[in-house]
Amino acid sequence: MRQIAIYGKGGIGKSTTTQNTVAGLSEAGYKCMIVGCDPKADATRLILHKKAQATVMDMARERGTVEDLEIEEVLLTGFRGIRCAESGGPEPGVGCAGRGVITAINFLEENGAYEADTDFVFYDVLGDVVCGGFAMPIREGKAKEIYIVTSGEMMAMYAANNISRGILKYAQSGGVRLGGLICNSRKTDKEYELISELAKRLNTQMIHFVPRDNQVQRAELRRMTVIEYSPEHPQADEYRALAKKIAENKNLVIPTPLTMDELESLLMEFGILENEEAAA
Amino acid sequence: MKLLKIRDHNELFQEQEYCEQFEKKREFEDPWPAEKVNEVAEWTKTEEYKELNFKRQNIKINPAKACQPLGAVFCASGFEGTMPFVQGAQGCVAYFRSHLNRHFKEPFAAISTSMTEDAAVFGGLNNMLEGLENAYTLYHPKMLAVSTTCMAEVIGDDLNAYIRTAREKGVIPKDLPVPFAHTPSFVGSYINGYDNMMKGILSTITAGKKGEAHQKIGGKINIIPGFDTYTGDYHEIKRMLKIMGVDFTLLSDVSDIFDSPNTGEYKLYPGGTPLVDAADSINAKATVALQKYSTLKTMDYIKKEWNQQTLVLPPIGVKNTDAFFDGVSKITGKPIPKEIEDERGRAVDAMIDSHPYVHGKRFALVGDPDLLLGLISFLMEMGGVPVHIVCTMGDKKFEEDAYNLLSGSPFGAEGKVYIGKDMWHLRSLMFTEPVDFLIGNSYAKFLWRDTGTPLIRIGFPLFDRHHLHRYPIIGYQGVINLVNWVVNTVLDEMDRKTINTTSFDVIR
Repeated sequence: MRQIAIYGKGGIGKSTTTQNTVAGLSEAGYKCMIVGCDPKADATRLILHKKAQATVMDMARERGTVEDLEIEEVLLTGFRGIRCAESGGPEPGVGCAGRGVITAINFLEENGAYEADTDFVFYDVLGDVVCGGFAMPIREGKAKEIYIVTSGEMMAMYAANNISRGILKYAQSGGVRLGGLICNSRKTDKEYELISELAKRLNTQMIHFVPRDNQVQRAELRRMTVIEYSPEHPQADEYRALAKKIAENKNLVIPTPLTMDELESLLMEFGILENEEAAA
Repeated sequence: MKLLKIRDHNELFQEQEYCEQFEKKREFEDPWPAEKVNEVAEWTKTEEYKELNFKRQNIKINPAKACQPLGAVFCASGFEGTMPFVQGAQGCVAYFRSHLNRHFKEPFAAISTSMTEDAAVFGGLNNMLEGLENAYTLYHPKMLAVSTTCMAEVIGDDLNAYIRTAREKGVIPKDLPVPFAHTPSFVGSYINGYDNMMKGILSTITAGKKGEAHQKIGGKINIIPGFDTYTGDYHEIKRMLKIMGVDFTLLSDVSDIFDSPNTGEYKLYPGGTPLVDAADSINAKATVALQKYSTLKTMDYIKKEWNQQTLVLPPIGVKNTDAFFDGVSKITGKPIPKEIEDERGRAVDAMIDSHPYVHGKRFALVGDPDLLLGLISFLMEMGGVPVHIVCTMGDKKFEEDAYNLLSGSPFGAEGKVYIGKDMWHLRSLMFTEPVDFLIGNSYAKFLWRDTGTPLIRIGFPLFDRHHLHRYPIIGYQGVINLVNWVVNTVLDEMDRKTINTTSFDVIR
């Protein structure tokens, strides 16, 4: 069983990318599970064809205690037998979402959600490693592999670098490794080259460049992955390719995060300068 | 000789000066009139109030439970040279220490990493590093057993990573065993904390020790007592197995820690399970737990990871003790010696002597799940009738176990099990459906005060009576002690009730 955590800036397309990739993996015959680690609980919508209402923390709130839950109530099965669970969490602005993630993952573990014949478990984690709770998926004995979803936009790259710093901390004391950057294209200038270079500087690889295509949005509106909605579409092949690369990936490294200056000069080198020169 | 006159609060507050002060204070407290207070107090004894009380959701009143790390530090202390080390706030650890002090009347050492507000924001790594370094340097432990309080758990401190970092930074030696257990106080209770810590210690200390198993005839077995606060039980289990000639390792032997001889010299580490033996426990033939609910995860781990035979044989009452000896005899091949059979005979004799007084008496019980199961079994053997069984820590599995047990005897027909309920619920039950006797810990004395039902003190904590924990409640000796406590409370009560009648008899 390989456990994989997906991190990346908020809104970058982590959940969409994860679900499409997992759909690709299960199409290839792997048995997969997705654990959404975000109070918004939208990490499994495309697999289940609905927004999961029965998150672990929602059910716990209803029952008064997490001990009264049954695993079947929160572990649902969707497209191609992919098993999905959402940690859920408190209402915005109250309580502790991080602790919610810890509680939910503990519950899943203790109640045997991690079946021996599962090939892949994906943790889809909210935005950034903001506190100890959101690092739960990469603690000892859980995800050893991390992929960061990013794009050529400054803030997405900044977030990717910041997440690498978090991984470095856990990589030194534990066995967690960075598997690569997934570029979810925003069609910025020289995006491919820029992210390839960022990956290189981070001591990793750009495992795949996912081109921007409105087919993803069309499928999303129908609460489906591209692979399910339009299996023949070229975009579906992109996700299949990403899935294959992840399944075969052996390039797992301890990242080497950049300083802020290095990151900015990288941007200058690839983007801004040339544009400005062209405009001048 | 001049006797020292000590005025404690029992006398002091009865003096005129204090009585006047209390009267004056009342003026500022603006209390309800006494009649109203009485009226409401009476109302709390009614069926109507009971219904409301059982609908109560958002508050627990006098629950029979305490938090996970208490069980973890208790478990850790039973290993040789081991310092319980708690990642969390100081107040919590002060409470664990005082709770155990008050029960055992013995000193108890445990370390806190003194997490404060900055640790809550930045994470507790620095506290852990400094704490480990200080603890190792000052107290020279052979093992540091780490558990957590709520604070470290809410912010998600990663003990495993922290301890690894501590080793890498050279704060503690690379070979010092530092087992850990995440023990959030807001989940479960001390029985889970005990379980988690035991599992943590065993998995750390046995790592890489799997070798030639002790499979020779009558091979070595492990005994895990569970969260048992009767030091008498530890002496008793060792005595029983010695008589039987069984080679065993008692995993977490707290008897020396909480029952150390007074030699005039304080010892920080007065005993405990030798670490060499604990490390070798992985090679034993089988592991026997004397409690079920405080060893669930540990036993599961031993079964799955060590591939060892596991048995749960809680020896409270005659039937359970019989099953214990049968079980141990079967796995070790050692016959049950005549000496033990004689002890059984004496215990049964004691029961026969006393049972006419216990037969048909109705009991309310409150306590830990394993203790309750043992006591229910024992009471029914004596013809006692368990009526209200309140288990704050109990879950659905316990409820099922308890009903199965009750349904096996005609004396169990009236028994009702209340899981997750507290002593204020029990108070309602005892008013609306009175019983003859109550079994519980020191906090149950409030039920005795309110309902007048005599309290037999069995359980944890016992703060207000001395030395009860020195007597075993397990094995056939334990049966005799239980008979003693129960029947003599019955007889005391009989004397009290017949005091000015012709039945005030000298022979009972």
